[in-house]
Amino acid sequence: MRLLPAGPGALLVELGSTEAVLAFAAEVERRRSAGWDRRVLEVVPGATTVLLDGLEDPRGTAEELARWTATGAPTGAGPGAGHARTVEVPCRYGGPDLAEVAAHWGVAEEDVPAVHAGLDHRVAFCGFAPGFAYIAGLGQLGGVPRLATPRPSVPAGSVALAGDFTGVYPRSSPGGWRIIGHTDAVLWDPARAVPALLAPGVAVRFLAV
Amino acid sequence: MATDAADPRWATVVRPGARTSLQDAGRPGLAHLGVPRSGALDPAAHALANRLVGNGPAAATLETTVDGVVLRLGAAAVLAVTGAPAPVTVDRRPVPWGLPVRVGAGGVLEVGRAEAGVRSYVAVAGGFDVPPVLGSRSTDALSGLGPPPLTPGMRLPIGEPLRAPAAVDMAPYRRPAAHAELTVHPGPRRDWLTDDAARSLFAQAYTVAQDSNRVGLRLSGRPLARRHEGELPSEGIVWGSVQLLPDGQLVVLLADHPTTGGYPVVGVVDPGDAAACAQAAPGTSVRLRPAPGQSSGPKRRSPASPSPGTM
Repeated sequence: MRLLPAGPGALLVELGSTEAVLAFAAEVERRRSAGWDRRVLEVVPGATTVLLDGLEDPRGTAEELARWTATGAPTGAGPGAGHARTVEVPCRYGGPDLAEVAAHWGVAEEDVPAVHAGLDHRVAFCGFAPGFAYIAGLGQLGGVPRLATPRPSVPAGSVALAGDFTGVYPRSSPGGWRIIGHTDAVLWDPARAVPALLAPGVAVRFLAV
Repeated sequence: MATDAADPRWATVVRPGARTSLQDAGRPGLAHLGVPRSGALDPAAHALANRLVGNGPAAATLETTVDGVVLRLGAAAVLAVTGAPAPVTVDRRPVPWGLPVRVGAGGVLEVGRAEAGVRSYVAVAGGFDVPPVLGSRSTDALSGLGPPPLTPGMRLPIGEPLRAPAAVDMAPYRRPAAHAELTVHPGPRRDWLTDDAARSLFAQAYTVAQDSNRVGLRLSGRPLARRHEGELPSEGIVWGSVQLLPDGQLVVLLADHPTTGGYPVVGVVDPGDAAACAQAAPGTSVRLRPAPGQSSGPKRRSPASPSPGTM
């Protein structure tokens, strides 16, 4: 764990891996709900970092975080505790980039659905747009290159790959991810208690339909 | 208009003005879902406008962008204009900027072009009462959350006034300057700057670029050299983050900034400079000043630190 300054009210905690990020964010949430620093306004997981924003005293918090490690509190290694929720995302595999992805993986095009749906996925973090989740789980099949030129419009519900992540476009937007399918799941609804279907830490099971 | 009499507590947009939007305190606490903070870019001017008309701080105001706005009031109401100084008229008669003004039923409030700065704030007693989205009436220019952009003829409902307008005849507000100085704290990726660039960060003068907006204040200057190529894995971003773009230019991220990003953040502007950022018009000369306790020279890299970008 490396603590980096992020201005007078925040800290960027560098953890190095998605697993460590999920475990640390879960630990912060556990402590927050137990009454730890209620001023912490935002806990924002990234690919290898967690941002804590809204801190009264980032230096003091940094010292405290160092003590968490010293007392053996989970700061990374363990599985993402407290993330029991699993969301099933029905997916009609197919799409303009299926062949490219199959070639990148070295599998037949018709095997892409079984391969992708057979993996254990988990939301690492959100970004890019409200409810857009970066879903980890590609493992050795990661490193999927983005399109050289992003498409001006990717339809809402597109299931797509880039780098080590799967993403699902909550609404139509420009995008350079490789499209391998489509879902009718409602990914974003501001009227719901948790507007994002795929919040950080949620386990995701893609179902080929 | 028959419906006017039935429920006159609204304002009709006569002329929306370029990029005018409704703003309040925004949507804090949802960044982990990819929801930008949003909210008034100049929080002090927004709060002052609300205070002048007797509103609580959470009421929504209109934020203009240089171009002003024209409203017709369904019923008599008290309004106030703060932020970027601009000519204000009621039924074509000049009225004071920065003070509560009364507009009669059917009356027209006109906020003209900003004389300095960028963003004026129009508060109405009772607040603009459009339906909130995720607890806020702010329009988010990046994600599209919140009320739609203003269009001619659009009706903005007005809430019940809480209390009488403030009894003041002068409200404190610092007029936006032609030069801005922003205090910058260390950012998580300041070691992406070369030693020369780290010195240059605080030594050179920047100019606010034309394509600045609610997402970011773009500073053009001599390009700053970087130690590492490429981008970082996406990481959380705070308000005021000074991002180093691939072309060596800087952008200060403002209220509608994306929640995560991969460009290195080399500094963070002090939140006390929010008004200066909000009111810095294109062409404004900007200097960055290191926050107290920070050296303005290059940061020594700890040998124990892994090099960013290699993870």
